Amino acid sequence: MGPESLEAKQKAAIEEILKAYPEKAAKNREKHLGVGSPNDETQKTCGDVRSNKKTVPGVMSQRGCAYAGSKGVVWGPVKDMIHISHGPIGCGQYSRAGRRNYYIGVTGVDTFVTMNFSSDFQENNIVFGGDKKLGKCIDEIELLFPLNNGITVQSECPIGLIGDDIGAVAKTKAKEIDKTIVPVNCEGFRGVSQSLGHHIANDTVRDYVFDAKVNVDTSDVIATEYDVAIIGDYNIGGDAWSSRILLEEMGLRVVAQWSGDATLKEMALTPKVKLNLLHCYRSMNYISRHMEKEYGIPWIEYNFFGPSQTIKSLRKIAAFFDESIQAKCEEVIAKYQPMIDAVIAKYKPRLEGKTVMLFVGGLRPRHVIGAYEDLGMEVIGTGYEFAHDDDYKRTKEEIFRSTVIYDDVNEYELEAFVKKLQPDLVASGIKEKYVFQKMGLPYRQMHSWDYSGPYHGYDGFAIFAQDMDLAINSPVWAHSKAPWEQEG
Amino acid sequence: MQEVEKIVNGKDLFKRPEYQDVLANKKQFESSMLAINPARVAEVQAWTESWDYREKNLAREAITVNPAKACQPLGAVMVALGFEGTMPYVHGSHGCVAYFRSYFTRHFKEPTPCVSDSMTEDAAVFGGLVNMKEGLKNCAAVYKPKMIAVSTTCMAEVIGDDLMAFIIAAKEEDKGEFLPEEYPIPYAHTPSFVGSHITGYDNMMHGIMSQLTEGQKGETKQRINIIPGFETYIGSLRSVKTIVEAFGTDYIMLGDHSDQWDMPAGQYEMFQGGTKLDDARDCINSSATISLQKYATSKTMKMVEKRWKHKGGFSNPVGLKGTDEFVMKLAELTGTEVPQKLKVERGRLVDAMQDSYPYMHGKKFAIWGDPDFLIGAVSFLLEMGAEPTHVLCHNAPKGWEEEMRAMLDTSPAKDSLNVWAEKDLWHMRSLLFTEPVDFMIGNSYGKELMRDTGTPLIYIGFPIFDRHHLHRYSISGYDGALNLLTWITNKVLDQLDEDTKGIATTDYFFDLIR
Repeated sequence: MGPESLEAKQKAAIEEILKAYPEKAAKNREKHLGVGSPNDETQKTCGDVRSNKKTVPGVMSQRGCAYAGSKGVVWGPVKDMIHISHGPIGCGQYSRAGRRNYYIGVTGVDTFVTMNFSSDFQENNIVFGGDKKLGKCIDEIELLFPLNNGITVQSECPIGLIGDDIGAVAKTKAKEIDKTIVPVNCEGFRGVSQSLGHHIANDTVRDYVFDAKVNVDTSDVIATEYDVAIIGDYNIGGDAWSSRILLEEMGLRVVAQWSGDATLKEMALTPKVKLNLLHCYRSMNYISRHMEKEYGIPWIEYNFFGPSQTIKSLRKIAAFFDESIQAKCEEVIAKYQPMIDAVIAKYKPRLEGKTVMLFVGGLRPRHVIGAYEDLGMEVIGTGYEFAHDDDYKRTKEEIFRSTVIYDDVNEYELEAFVKKLQPDLVASGIKEKYVFQKMGLPYRQMHSWDYSGPYHGYDGFAIFAQDMDLAINSPVWAHSKAPWEQEG
Repeated sequence: MQEVEKIVNGKDLFKRPEYQDVLANKKQFESSMLAINPARVAEVQAWTESWDYREKNLAREAITVNPAKACQPLGAVMVALGFEGTMPYVHGSHGCVAYFRSYFTRHFKEPTPCVSDSMTEDAAVFGGLVNMKEGLKNCAAVYKPKMIAVSTTCMAEVIGDDLMAFIIAAKEEDKGEFLPEEYPIPYAHTPSFVGSHITGYDNMMHGIMSQLTEGQKGETKQRINIIPGFETYIGSLRSVKTIVEAFGTDYIMLGDHSDQWDMPAGQYEMFQGGTKLDDARDCINSSATISLQKYATSKTMKMVEKRWKHKGGFSNPVGLKGTDEFVMKLAELTGTEVPQKLKVERGRLVDAMQDSYPYMHGKKFAIWGDPDFLIGAVSFLLEMGAEPTHVLCHNAPKGWEEEMRAMLDTSPAKDSLNVWAEKDLWHMRSLLFTEPVDFMIGNSYGKELMRDTGTPLIYIGFPIFDRHHLHRYSISGYDGALNLLTWITNKVLDQLDEDTKGIATTDYFFDLIR
């Protein structure tokens, strides 16, 4: 490694990377790259990076759009509603069943998450408008899928450009069929990333689930002192289930999951809970704040990745309730500790000192750092696709060492950072996966858990540890170099 | 709780009693019918399998459910990645590009480079000229592609951005720093509300071929252009090249992404292989052009035949008959005998077909996919004596239904064989219940049909996300037909074992030798 410090190497890498850009782009990207240091109080955001700004054109950003944020993230997993991708055929097709939002139900009969409903716009719908077609789509859905508990209309780009009034259609049809119909103006050109789509979707939950009549019976659920809701867990690979089990074991009653394996009724029940538990702050802080303001429900952020953060979070949650919950919380922690000790004893020796670079979405660029560190691994770079300042502020609390921070990193930059900083593992998304595997680098997808998971909670951490070991210590990476290429 | 010596992921974890309790407990808060009234779910589920439901389902006019098609720019991206050092550039929102890249990457298990110029709300109001100027410059500076192939998203099409004018303006403003005058930036308008991904393929191929060959018309060369079409089988591209090479003729494959989406491990280079740009510029001077996919290249081939006056035309080398026709076309165009090597290969394929025919003969198949794929694959099923009971094409262009019907009419079973043009996979679900088949052939979207109807799925098509490496094989040429034969026959045999493995009940037919 030589005498050069990690921080110096990271700073040099940024400087070098910026050289490839034309002047204007370099000036822009410079503000999105930085080096975060755990004890630097002078930094306003981690690494002092700027975020939530327009992507530089032409650079292969990894970002998605507002439609992806609404249909793909917030609304799509609500299982007993049908989500129409409203517009041309592509968006719904590319986003079909890609996020692994697990749910229980008879798909196509009473639940619909992995299906693709599209209004499949043709040229005449662009020219003459698509409102009539949308109305007909709703009629046909009602006829063929009578057990749906509601419909959302997820607007694709053209809707907002051709002046369609999906709100009016939704209003008329909702009256006609006596079900919730939610018009969502999440056109892909709105905002700079998925993020605005989350916000727009949150606002429509407020308007169409909380502030409007919802035709599902909630009267059978009598509120208790221990009611909580899980907010911002999309149940990827079953994450919400492996979280829920811990909350129930400590005596809380989880009334709703937002929105992995969620139903409309659970969402409608949420304004009566005692506490909202917010996992993905980025995508669901809006509705949490709204419930705090409107219904006086406090919310706290928690982190169920890795035992250190899980224990901290369990205690933080318990502290909100009475001593009986706090006592049970300690019992839960004690119950799982031997298993966790054994997991760490097994995997830490195989992973200790291995370095990791992350690039993910909502909460994971900071939330998973602790899980890696619990295994003795060292996160040396992280960044978000669509974060805001408040995410980068929170990141400051999570890093353990000098960490290169890259906001909205593009293909070129991530590749260059990896080449310069030489991590032992890269953890990001599907689009980047094979770039790094080609280089012979172990890789894990951290959006989909690479078709494994869950990673939340104690049981999830055991899987996480096993998967990281699988990736880093697989014999396949050693095959990249042919024997005739190896030195002496 | 996990046992450390046997850590299990969600597949087995959630079967454990403590998680079954969690899931059961959750139901009290749910509004899904399964939680409230499972009998009603069973009732509606049974109804979705009925003739009544089938009729109502087939009468749908507005909502598409579980489509078997994608949108234009996806095809344009594929074309671009078939040319040497070419960056696909999509003028519009970057969300679309994230989707194209994920979609292809999940299928090929390979990186898929592609940029967008990240148009947002202000571009929707003022047009995307500023984005185009900056985007082209940045793309050229950072990735240094030899060519940038520009297509559009529906956003750019709805606001009516003028690609040609924008590209000229971008070059003018750049003053040659990153975008010199001669820098090739072909373009195509690819509105996603017209046609499907194969339309986008056609438009981008037309764009590149027409724009790169401007002013290049010279003396005609004895050389054949091959346009593969929206080909998702890497091995197919190689099979086709091997066949053409067997004739010893000069040829250019226009849009050859076989190296780009099949990179060896060891290092990463963003661009690999592809049609040489010099060849692409000179393709106008070839004597013939053969398109392997008629419905994916109709506009391009109209130009080639009417304006360029090339011989050739269409030839779809999937299946025995299709490959025979392709080989004979090459023999005719080159004026040579069919090479011995191909005669032997053909003989081996026919030998294999004659070895396996009892297992495919009379079996009923449902099949869906792109129009040209279906022409080839259905031809092969008919060559084996199978019965393609349901042939479904969601993105069927004009003329396809009639062509497919005419093919099916050659079968003795023709009266029970159905063509379903512009139908989706929720229609297919009804058909599989009311008029069941023995096997399905299709892409990963058939997975839910397999679960719901119990029909075994043979994975052939695009996209295939949940089975590995099939795209590396060929389905074209005699060797490709052998792959089709192998996959289908062995699935039939797997199913035969599945059906006969009952110990002391049905395993008298569980034969060791077949």
